Amino acid sequence: MTTTVNGPSPEQREAFTTRLRHGREAISERWHHAPRWVRWALLAAVIVFFYALPNKEFYQYLGPIPTPGANFTQVLFTVSIYVLMAVGLNIVVGFAGLLDLGYFGFFAVGAYTVAVLTSPSSDIKTLWPWLVVVPIAIALTMVSGVMLGTPTLRLRGDYLALVTLGFAEMIRIAAVSSEFLKGQRGFNQIPHPPGQYADGRPVFGVLDARPYYWLVLTLIILVVIGVRNLTHSRVGRAWISIREDEDAAQLMGVPTFKFKLWAFAAGAAIAGLAGALFAGKQNFVNSQNFELLNSIIILAAVIFGGSGNIVGAIVGGGLVAYMIERFRGIELFGIELYEFRFLFFGVVLVVMMIFRPQGLIPNRRRAAEFKDRRKEVTVGE
Amino acid sequence: MSETEQKPAVPAQAPAPAVEAVSEREPLLEVDNVTLRFGGVVALNQVDFTLYKGEILGLIGPNGAGKTTCFNAMTGIYQPTEGEIRFRGQKISGKKRHQITRMGMARTFQNIRLFPEMTAQENVLVGADAHHKTSVISALLRLPRHWREEREGREKAERLLEFVGIRHRMHEFARNLSYGEQRRLEIARALATDPVLLCLDEPAAGFNPAEKEELLQLIRQIRDTGVTVLLIEHDMRLVMGVTDRIVVLEFGKKIAEGLPGEVREDPKVIAAYLGVPDDAA
Ligand SMILES: Nc1ncnc2c1ncn2[C@@H]1O[C@H](COP(=O)(O)OP(=O)(O)OP(=O)(O)O)[C@@H](O)[C@H]1O
Ligand SMILES: [Mg+2]
Repeated sequence: MTTTVNGPSPEQREAFTTRLRHGREAISERWHHAPRWVRWALLAAVIVFFYALPNKEFYQYLGPIPTPGANFTQVLFTVSIYVLMAVGLNIVVGFAGLLDLGYFGFFAVGAYTVAVLTSPSSDIKTLWPWLVVVPIAIALTMVSGVMLGTPTLRLRGDYLALVTLGFAEMIRIAAVSSEFLKGQRGFNQIPHPPGQYADGRPVFGVLDARPYYWLVLTLIILVVIGVRNLTHSRVGRAWISIREDEDAAQLMGVPTFKFKLWAFAAGAAIAGLAGALFAGKQNFVNSQNFELLNSIIILAAVIFGGSGNIVGAIVGGGLVAYMIERFRGIELFGIELYEFRFLFFGVVLVVMMIFRPQGLIPNRRRAAEFKDRRKEVTVGE
Repeated sequence: MSETEQKPAVPAQAPAPAVEAVSEREPLLEVDNVTLRFGGVVALNQVDFTLYKGEILGLIGPNGAGKTTCFNAMTGIYQPTEGEIRFRGQKISGKKRHQITRMGMARTFQNIRLFPEMTAQENVLVGADAHHKTSVISALLRLPRHWREEREGREKAERLLEFVGIRHRMHEFARNLSYGEQRRLEIARALATDPVLLCLDEPAAGFNPAEKEELLQLIRQIRDTGVTVLLIEHDMRLVMGVTDRIVVLEFGKKIAEGLPGEVREDPKVIAAYLGVPDDAA
């Protein structure tokens, strides 16, 4: 069987990808062979850059990077939430190889837990402070992940994709129509994270988004350290072995169901954290925050960045979320480019699938897998 | 003070003759009248044999005889339609695949099934992890157990890769190894699970005579470390040279069992291998 799509010829594709690969390999080679202190220094510089980024004194010199159509600091907060979620989804999709199409559902569980437990407009007026509710939100999200995973992760194949899709949609419909979750009216006066400046002003206020961004950035760093610890251990090996060959993994003694469930729970917990942060910043949560499309955007971000690679997920999540916001306020033939954002992503993803199916910064393993898969398609029967 | 050696390294009396020992040996794996059907196909038909501790048993038979299916039934991939399989005295049915592995049964695959995008060392580590107890929490927080088991696992992987002769390829992705190296890596990965019984499904397929000879040595060495071996093999010379006993399958039925010399002379076996029709035999 040969492909009938009129795309670039295999030779052209090969040449293109080889060039890209050489570029990337040169960078990754240099990175891996650089002395330890150089790597740490570079990493520190990147981190300092991102901490400095939301300050106007700094970003005004960055040319076209700040967003014209939206407050740049607000945009950075949104982007950081997407990055956090991409890191979480990457565990599920990238490492364990489980296709989760409803990841945003867990974000909603986290955000609604905070809303229900803290907002004065909630039916149960616990009015607990934000900080107390965050661990509860994370725990509940993990539980919902385990509840969703227990029946479905025993099955192979596409069931998981369908069930997760259904889950996210169920949460959304519950948010729209259930009296308890307040639909469009939503929950207001959700408390902010704690903290005061010396003069009594709250650190996490309404006007300044910077502290929220810094909080999320700090949490991203912590989460990435945790995820790295997991992936460089027995747990990560189990996940990758499941992705590579689930039968062989079982026969080598990997309790695959348990580790799939852990991947699912860990991913869910991170999304729950993101949801709790979002609710604490936004002060208001209603059913419009949780469109299905968001799940797809995050999945696209992980694939775009290169699934199975933590840096890839960060870059993918960051770029995708940033580009969406960057389109605001730019007009083309009198229509705001923002309206075309999904069309644009569709095109980018299709182009990526043709030229670089393994993503921008792929895991070395995944890159090889995709190369194999292509061989299988072109060789055929 | 109670450090007195119970078993001297060299027995004072002459060891009992091997022949006599066989009858006293402890059964390790009992395949008890196992029938396995796939729809209309009877892949195993009342197959019945016992594997004793410390021996190398050959499982032979023409293509499609049911050898691989027998492995699959033993390792929990398929449930027998009738009959039962006992390993170390316990029933296999109802046990999860990873539990069977932890009980001490390890295998390789006829069509190599490594984790291609993991390095050779990582492949072996997955096997070693079968007995590791690092929890998700201790991995997350890098507790001492994580470090200890990680170090142990790495040392074990190096040792086993050295043993099968591909230590120099340790950091290479499995997919980049040559065919022969991949076959060896599968053996190392299986050994990493600390098996009592090692099942090899045509480990010499595609090997040249020199490589086959090396593999023979390797299998003997494995047996000498106290591991019982069940070997599926097509090459009659290799089977005769290394096995203690042989079981012959044809069309899912056991047609012969015995010492290599006996089996080789068995007219049913000769007929099966030469493709002589039943009535002519
Ligand atoms: N999953 C399955 N579904 C249906 N039939 C199967 C299945 N697995 C094996 N069989 C059939 O069972 C029979 C025995 O196959 P098996 O693979 O065990 O043979 P084998 O002795 O290992 O042969 P070979 O020497 O070719 O490896 C064959 O007829 C095969 O087609
Ligand atoms: Mg076979």
